[in-house]
Amino acid sequence: MAVKIDDKMIEYVGILAKLSLSPEEKEGAKEDMSRMLEYIDMLNGLDTSGVEPMSHVFDIRNVFREDEVVNGDASEEMLCNAPQQKEKQYQVPRTVE
Amino acid sequence: MRKEYETVIGLEVHVELAAKTKIFCGCSTAFGAAPNTHTCPVCTGMPGSLPVLNKRVVELALSVGLAANCGINQFCKFDRKNYFYPDNPQNYQISQLYLPICHDGYITIETPAGEKQIRIHEIHMEEDAGKLIHDEWEDCSLVDYNRSGVPLIEIVSEPDMRSADEVIAYLERLRLLIQYLGASDCKLQEGSMRADVNLSVREKGSSRFGTRTEMKNLNSFKAIARAIEGEKKRQIELLEEGKAVIQETRRWDDNKEYSYAMRSKEDAKDYRYFPDPDLPPVYISDEWLESVKSSLPELQPEKMKRYQEEYGLSEYDSRIITESKHMADLFEKTTALCKKAKKAANWLIGETSRLMKERGVEAEKLQFSPGHLAQLIELTEAGSINTNTAKEVFEKLFDEDIEPRAYVEAHGLLMVNDDSALEAAVDAVLAANPNTVEEYKGGKTKVLGFLVGQVMKTMKGKANPGKVNEMMAEKLK
Amino acid sequence: MELLELTALELGKEIQKKNVSVREAVEASLAQIHKKEPDIHAFVTIEEEKALRAADRVQKQIEDGTLTGPLAGVPAAVKDNICTEGMKTTCSSRILSNFVPPYSAEAVKRLQAAGAVILGKTNMDEFAMGSTTETSWYGPTKNPWNVKHVPGGSSGGSCAAVAAEETFFALGSDTGGSIRQPSSFCGVTGIKPTYGTVSRYGLIAYGSSLDQIGPIAKDTADCAALLEVLASYDKKDSTSVLRKDYDFTAALTGEVKGMKIGIPSDYLGEGLDEGVKKAVLAGAEALKAQGAEVEFFDLGMVEYAIPAYYVIASAEASSNLSRFDGVKYGYRTSDYEDLHEMYKKSRSEGFGTEVKRRIMLGSFVLSSGYYDAYYLKALRTKALIKKAFDRAFETYDIILGPAAPSIAPVLGESLSDPMKMYLGDIYTVSVNLAGLPGISVPCGIDEKGLPVGMQLIADCFREKKLFRAAYAYEKARGPWKLPCGGKEEK
Repeated sequence: MAVKIDDKMIEYVGILAKLSLSPEEKEGAKEDMSRMLEYIDMLNGLDTSGVEPMSHVFDIRNVFREDEVVNGDASEEMLCNAPQQKEKQYQVPRTVE
Repeated sequence: MRKEYETVIGLEVHVELAAKTKIFCGCSTAFGAAPNTHTCPVCTGMPGSLPVLNKRVVELALSVGLAANCGINQFCKFDRKNYFYPDNPQNYQISQLYLPICHDGYITIETPAGEKQIRIHEIHMEEDAGKLIHDEWEDCSLVDYNRSGVPLIEIVSEPDMRSADEVIAYLERLRLLIQYLGASDCKLQEGSMRADVNLSVREKGSSRFGTRTEMKNLNSFKAIARAIEGEKKRQIELLEEGKAVIQETRRWDDNKEYSYAMRSKEDAKDYRYFPDPDLPPVYISDEWLESVKSSLPELQPEKMKRYQEEYGLSEYDSRIITESKHMADLFEKTTALCKKAKKAANWLIGETSRLMKERGVEAEKLQFSPGHLAQLIELTEAGSINTNTAKEVFEKLFDEDIEPRAYVEAHGLLMVNDDSALEAAVDAVLAANPNTVEEYKGGKTKVLGFLVGQVMKTMKGKANPGKVNEMMAEKLK
Repeated sequence: MELLELTALELGKEIQKKNVSVREAVEASLAQIHKKEPDIHAFVTIEEEKALRAADRVQKQIEDGTLTGPLAGVPAAVKDNICTEGMKTTCSSRILSNFVPPYSAEAVKRLQAAGAVILGKTNMDEFAMGSTTETSWYGPTKNPWNVKHVPGGSSGGSCAAVAAEETFFALGSDTGGSIRQPSSFCGVTGIKPTYGTVSRYGLIAYGSSLDQIGPIAKDTADCAALLEVLASYDKKDSTSVLRKDYDFTAALTGEVKGMKIGIPSDYLGEGLDEGVKKAVLAGAEALKAQGAEVEFFDLGMVEYAIPAYYVIASAEASSNLSRFDGVKYGYRTSDYEDLHEMYKKSRSEGFGTEVKRRIMLGSFVLSSGYYDAYYLKALRTKALIKKAFDRAFETYDIILGPAAPSIAPVLGESLSDPMKMYLGDIYTVSVNLAGLPGISVPCGIDEKGLPVGMQLIADCFREKKLFRAAYAYEKARGPWKLPCGGKEEK
């Protein structure tokens, strides 16, 4: 199948992954991805028709909790690693809406 | 000649479910807490945290799906929707794409042309995001994760609606249904119910769909109606000018009554959904499904019908009473006690509704008991109190849920029915007003009312007016 | 008796017998750490004060009878992707270099409840992505057998710390071989349990459907005892499995008569170092001499495991690592104009090259238009790999093979060719894909003086078979000396 990894693709993936790469890094990324995908294309040689994609390795179902409040006020602990906070909230640059 | 256009509308409605805890952790969902005081490693996306599904959320989602005539995917699972935004602590939202819990249902609305079914494409469970507050002083935003992880269902309709009226009708039906189930309080203004409108236009008669836009930030029914009108106009204008409608998300500004595109090149809108490896699938057995089905309460349409058949209420009256499950419950319980359905209905539709408006109390928050209302009705039926007294007592009942009988006795409000006492009062009034008596005897029968009024005055309103009237008329013969 | 040469269980006994105090043991470990760290660099964080305080506390609890378990008072190290309350947990990444978790992983809590004393956090490949511990932001760990070589990865720090006798045991994590391969390279014993056996709560996720925490120690008995402490059914982890048996030490019988051991011929082909092959096959022979039935067979699906693994692990990682964005914790770039710039710069500056590579690959294989061809295809392949193992385990109790195709590579040689590095995972990744348990036991030293590990794989929930066979093998092999205690003549 050999997908073509071009600049546009790297830009696109960078937006998805929120990564900004320098021009050199972009070149390296293009090469790396192309090589990896070429290798991964080996999977096309395997006949998987009729095989269900297996997300979970065991057939576990219905793992539930009861609807009871068990947590209290953990605001101190949750905020203690915040890079920037104000008035007990996480502070970030202004969001668009 | 200007072309005729048809508007095609579909809705995505998010509803906050009435569970005590969040969908994937044991934090409280109670509204109004101080910022970040209802959080834990799970709902703040701490490294190493893992989600565990709240069973009640599944049950509530099931009940809504069943009440909306949906098919149930007895085997359903959760997928991650990946996108970056500060209100989303993991930068992915756990939702259901590939196998949502419910599919293919419908809500019936009433239109001038008769009943219409608005089809539901699917209903799925997902987690809510946190809240972002804009700080004007520092030109930044502040994030509160109390709401992050609150359980939601998203109800996606087919594009079956053709006007703002149909949209409002659909939302009202949906809201009533969900409130009846106790699954949510569905308040648009508080955000426990949110609607996004997908709208496109096409030439009347065309079978192809036009390009649709999505509108957000619609916080009231009026705003929804205005947004629909506005967007319809905008799209038609574009098409008339030969331009194309761009598929985009638009934000509605109700103050300015216009929408603007929320375009961002930083957002690829490619959510890369994949099954969440941290959550095993949900399997709803036939037994579980049956037990949820059988525990569904009677819904509003059936109740309305039953009230007309069983209690002989009018369609109008039965509609008003069943608009609120709580009021319907009050009605049924009161009637069960006093056996006077029509009287119970009148009290609810008349005085109750009036006081609700005056005091700003919602139907769901009425706090007087059916037992006490039944007692009040019995007192009036027995002639123990007159209409005015009854109204006065009812107000107290409405505000403080007093026990009518005790109150009436304590305040000496019992109507005087004792003939001798009444007769004495009548005689006294007749004696004190000889001229009026003459007028009556001379043919002015209207003055009877004045004379009866005088008796009521001396008896401080507690005389049985019917009896006084009878006696007076008898004596004046 | 050289204190540091004892196994964890041996030390535990000495402590119970009051021949050694907990403080003595901890002080000895700390002294060794100070001695060895300049050369080895196995630790990211050493918590000297906390460890000594804990030592005194545990001593009291042993004396008053509260702590009676076999591991009470034994010093331990924890891989730095496992959360430890109040102790920096960095995943050897810049993006978490200042992160102090407000809670401990379930596995850590269980260790502490058993009386283990945590010395510090060990170095690893950044976010567990790597096979050499060279992608750590804090610099590489060196192999105690020869400091010019890597210790393996991603649990390189944990394995090196045990091999250098800086700690009596350590916790590692294994997503594609990250316990077994470095155990093999460092001449220590490490096990990845069946998926769902040890709670993942508090393990900073890399490949959620593949990750497991496991013990790394000096021998099989230690690993069995440790797994007994670590394994549990945890309601906080929805993928946790309630097992029927947790008494793994009951399997330390040394009885392997009649056990059927299969060696996949497809493991022994091109690419496998001669020295490694020799040592592993010798290990098989030793088991045969003990009464096991050993034969070769065709496993199948071997060449598809690595591409399937990299698709699935990268995909899950790309999503799991999205939370590192400079908003709630961790590194935030100092210079940004708006939100998206903050995201991009914090992540680009905070993550290393290998991590960024895998995030990009993962985002790609999940993206619109490629999801079916890559991600779903990999999940179908995973199902077939599991089937191949199911078939094998109908016949065999144990599958035996190498843990890695070579001995530890020289430092600095692997990162330039990531593809080659990925291919080194050939014996380990399929075990994670199928959720199976796998153990690596030292089975020889090659001519360069570096250790070789033999991997034993069993069917799901059959750790006891692994312990039985590994224990029997150890008895046949004889005592194994770690480099600090002298060179092994073999």
